[in-house]
Amino acid sequence: MTDLARRYRVSTRRSAELALIIGAWLLGVFAWILVDGATSNSSLGGWTSLISAGVLMLVTHTIIRWQAPYADPIIFPVAAALNLFGLAMIHRLDVSAAQRAAANETAAPTPDVYLQIMWMAVGLVLLMVVLFIVEDHRQLQRITWISGLVGIILLFLPLLPGLGSTVNGARLWIHIGGLTFQPGELAKVSLTIFFAGFLVVRRHTLALVQTKILGVGVPRPRDIGPLLAMWLFALLVLILERDLGTSLLFFGVFIVMLYVATGRRSWVLIGSGLLVVSGFLAYRAFGHVQIRFDVWLHPFADANGNGYQIVQSLFGFANGGLFGTGWGQGYPDLVPFAKTDFITSALGEELGLTGITALLLLYVILIERGARAAVATRDPFGGLLAIGLTTVLALQTFIVIGGVTRLIPLTGLTTPFLSYGGSSLVANYIILGLLLRISNAARRPEITMSTEMIEVNQ
Amino acid sequence: MNRQINRVTAGLIFLMLALIANLSFVQVFKAKDYRNAAGNQRVLRAEYSRERGPMLLGSKTIAESVPTKDTLKFLRTYANGPEYAPITGYYSVVYGASALELQENDVLSGNDSRFFVDRLQQLIAGRKPKGGAIRLSINAAAQTAAYKALNGRTGAVVALDPQTGAILAMATSPSYDPNTLSSHDPQTIQQTWDVLNKDTDKPMLDRPLAMTLPPGSTFKLVTAAAALESGNYTASSSLPGPAQMKLPLTDRTLGNWTGSSCGKNDKVTLEEALAISCNTAFAYLGMQLGSDALETQAKKFGFESSFDVPMTAATSHFPSHLDAPQTAMSAIGQYDVRATALQMAMVAAGIANDGVVMKPYLVSQVLGPDLTILQNTTPSAFSRAMSSENAAILRDMMINVVAHGTGSNARIPGIKVGGKTGTAENTPGESAHAWFVGIAPGDNPSVAVAVVLEHGGGATEVSGNALAAPIAARVMRAVLDR
Repeated sequence: MTDLARRYRVSTRRSAELALIIGAWLLGVFAWILVDGATSNSSLGGWTSLISAGVLMLVTHTIIRWQAPYADPIIFPVAAALNLFGLAMIHRLDVSAAQRAAANETAAPTPDVYLQIMWMAVGLVLLMVVLFIVEDHRQLQRITWISGLVGIILLFLPLLPGLGSTVNGARLWIHIGGLTFQPGELAKVSLTIFFAGFLVVRRHTLALVQTKILGVGVPRPRDIGPLLAMWLFALLVLILERDLGTSLLFFGVFIVMLYVATGRRSWVLIGSGLLVVSGFLAYRAFGHVQIRFDVWLHPFADANGNGYQIVQSLFGFANGGLFGTGWGQGYPDLVPFAKTDFITSALGEELGLTGITALLLLYVILIERGARAAVATRDPFGGLLAIGLTTVLALQTFIVIGGVTRLIPLTGLTTPFLSYGGSSLVANYIILGLLLRISNAARRPEITMSTEMIEVNQ
Repeated sequence: MNRQINRVTAGLIFLMLALIANLSFVQVFKAKDYRNAAGNQRVLRAEYSRERGPMLLGSKTIAESVPTKDTLKFLRTYANGPEYAPITGYYSVVYGASALELQENDVLSGNDSRFFVDRLQQLIAGRKPKGGAIRLSINAAAQTAAYKALNGRTGAVVALDPQTGAILAMATSPSYDPNTLSSHDPQTIQQTWDVLNKDTDKPMLDRPLAMTLPPGSTFKLVTAAAALESGNYTASSSLPGPAQMKLPLTDRTLGNWTGSSCGKNDKVTLEEALAISCNTAFAYLGMQLGSDALETQAKKFGFESSFDVPMTAATSHFPSHLDAPQTAMSAIGQYDVRATALQMAMVAAGIANDGVVMKPYLVSQVLGPDLTILQNTTPSAFSRAMSSENAAILRDMMINVVAHGTGSNARIPGIKVGGKTGTAENTPGESAHAWFVGIAPGDNPSVAVAVVLEHGGGATEVSGNALAAPIAARVMRAVLDR
C-alpha cells in the first residue's frame, strides 16, 4: 500500500487482484491437465508454457501494483482468464495437429501455443510500457491528431506493395522479417484515441440542434462532415482491404462515441441509416460481401463450398450441446480456422453452452468494468476514451461470435484475448493498459477532496 | 455524458446476452438437427472411436474391431467374410450396417441399457468406452461344410438344433466379402456396392431367410403330418397312386415324376408314397384332407408367421380358400406355396423334436465389454405341430425315404438319416429348384437341415436327391462330427 492509501484508508484492492489472477491461472492449469488426460498427450510440454504464462501475469500484477495502484482489480484477471482459456484451446488443437501428423507419418508442426505465449509476453510488456509512459491518460489528448494519422497509416500499411500480403481474401497483413502482423489491430487503439480527442473538443457544436423531427433533435447539416468522413473511411477499408469486420468495427465505435459525446440519438439514427445504405451498396457491388450474406441466410445451400466454415462451426456448437464434450473429447479440429476466428466454436463444442456462457459473462464483466471507469473518471476525454476502448472490445466480440454462431453474417475478426494471433492479443493488452490507467485515475482519491471530507467527518 | 455511457453499456451487455440467447438456440434447440445433418462427420467419428464388440463362435472370433491410425479409430474385420456374410452383415461408413451388425448394434456399440454400469465405470475411470460382445449359435464346422458344399452355386442352407431352435449353419451362395464394404475408403466401398448390386446372382441377398421358393415335394412332409394328425390315416394306409390323375374341374392331368404308377394296382401305402415321392397319392390325400387342414398344419409349422432370428425372415406362405385342383397342387408344394430354407428346416426340426417347433435364433449369449456373460438365450417353443406319437411315425417314414427311397444320397454310414427330397417347378420353361430337408440321427435327431439350390444351381438335370441331398449330408456329418 502506498503512503497515500494508508493515510486515507482507501483500499487499492490489489490483493484481490492477485487472488483472482491465481484463480484464473489455476483454471488454465485444470483445463490443460484435462486436455492432456483426454488426449493421452504427454509430449507437448505443458508446464513450461503454464509457468511462463503464470510468471508473466505475476510480473504484470507487480507493475500494476507499482504504477497504477488504484486501478480496477477485476479488469486484468478477467482478461488473463480469457487468455488462459484461449491458450488451453490452442494447446488442445496443437495436440490434434500433432496426432494427425503422426497418423500421416509426417513431422509434427511446431505447437502454436509457444508463439501465442511469446505474443502474450509482448502484449503484457506493452501493457506495462503503457503504464510507465502514460502517467496520466490526459497526456493522450495532446496527441489526438498524431494518433489519427498513425492510425490511418497503420490501417493502410498492408496496401504497400512488397510489405503487405493477402490472406484468405483480405489484405490485412504485413511481413517484417519472419513475422506477420496485422497493423489494423493497433489502429484500433490509435483511432479510438483520435476519436476521443476529436469528439471531446467538438461535442458541444455537434450537439447543437436546429430542428426537431418527430421529437428527435436533428443536428445541423453542416456538422455531418465528420460522420460522413468516417463513413467514407470505413468504405475505403472495405473496398481496399476487403475486410468487412474491421470496417464495421470502426464505424460502429465511431457512432457509439459520437452518441456518448453529444447525447444526440439522431446521430445513431443517421449512422445506422448510412450503415444500411453502405451494406446494401456493398452487397450489390462486391461478390465477397454478397457471398457472406447468402451464406448467412442459407448456410446449408452450399455446405461443402462457401457455407463450409459456418456449417462446420454450427456442427461443433451442436455437438457440444448444453454441457460440452469435455476438454479434448470433441472434434474442434474439423472446423476451419479453429484457433483464430472460430475458437469460440471449438470452446462451444468442448465446454458446451454452460462453458461458453461463462466466457461471455467474463466479457460482460469486462464491459461493465470499463464502463465503470468511464463513468467514474473526472474528465470527459478520459470517459470518452474508456467507453470507446470498451466498445472496441465488446463490438469485436459481438461481431466475431455473432458471425460464427450465425446471428449475423460472418466477418473475419479475432475473439479478444481468446483467439490465436499476436497482433490482436498485443493490441488488446494495450487497450487493457489504457483502461487500467484510466480506472486508476478514476479510483484514486483526490487529495483536496479527501482532506476536506476527513475534516468534515472529524 | 454519464447517462449516455450507461445507455451504451446497457446496449453492449445486451449484445452479449443476444449472443448467449442465440447460442442456446444453436446448442440446445437446433442441436439435434445439426447433429443429424448430412455431412456432419462427428457422429460417425464418435461411433468409430469406440471399440465395437466382437462376434464370437465358441472361442473363435468372426467379427472384430482392430485399431487403426485413421481418423476413424477402429476398423471392422471379418474372418472368413463371405462364409459368414449372411450372418454378420457389413458395417459400412457409407451404407450403414446390415444383418447382426444392424440388429445387435446396441450391444456391439455399447449403447444397450444393460451396459449402464460398465459405462459408468468407464466414465469414472476415464477409460475409452467399449462395446459388448455376442456369441452365436453357429457351429463353425457345419457353417464351413455348408458354404463349401454350395460351392458357388445359387442356393441356401439352414441347419437347426431341433431341440432348441439354435441355428447351427446358415449359408448363402454366391456371397460377398463384408471386409470390403466395411473398409474406411468410401470410393472402394461405393464401387464394390455398385458391382454387388448389379450382379444378377444377388450376392448380398440373405437367401436362407429372404428367398421364398415353392418347396415342392419337401412340402409332402406337411401333408403327411396333416394326414396323421387327422386320425384317419396311418403309415400303412392305402392310397390311390396312378401314373397320372386328372385334376377335377380342369383339363389338366398330374403325373408322377417317374411317369409310372406308384404301386401294384395303382395302390400305395402312405409310407411308400413318401419314400418314392408319389405325386398322385399326395394330391389325392390333399384333396381328401381339404385345404383348411393343410393350411392349419402349415401354420403350425410356422407358415404365415414372421420370425426374428434376430434378422426378420421372410414369411412363408400357404394360400387360403383353395378349390380342389389348387389343393391338390398345394399338397405337393406347388401352386402358390412358398417357403424359405429356414421354414423347411423348421418343418424337419419340428418332426425331429417330437412335434414341437422351436423358435429359431442366432445369438446364444450377450456378453459385456469384459466378456462376462450378461444374458443366455432361453430356447422357447413356437408351437406343437403334431403329437409326439405321430412325429415318431413321420420320423420313421423320413428314415425310410433315405434308406429305401428317393433320398439315397443323404445316407451317412453308421447312422440313420431321415429326409425328403424336392424338385419344385417354378415357372414353366425354367429349370426347377432342388430341395432336400433332413434329420439325423434318425432315432433322436440333433440336427435338422434344409438345402435349396435355386434353379438347381445351374445344373441341367435337376433333382433334389442328386444336387441337394449330398450338401445336407455334409452339413449333418459336420454337426455330428462323423
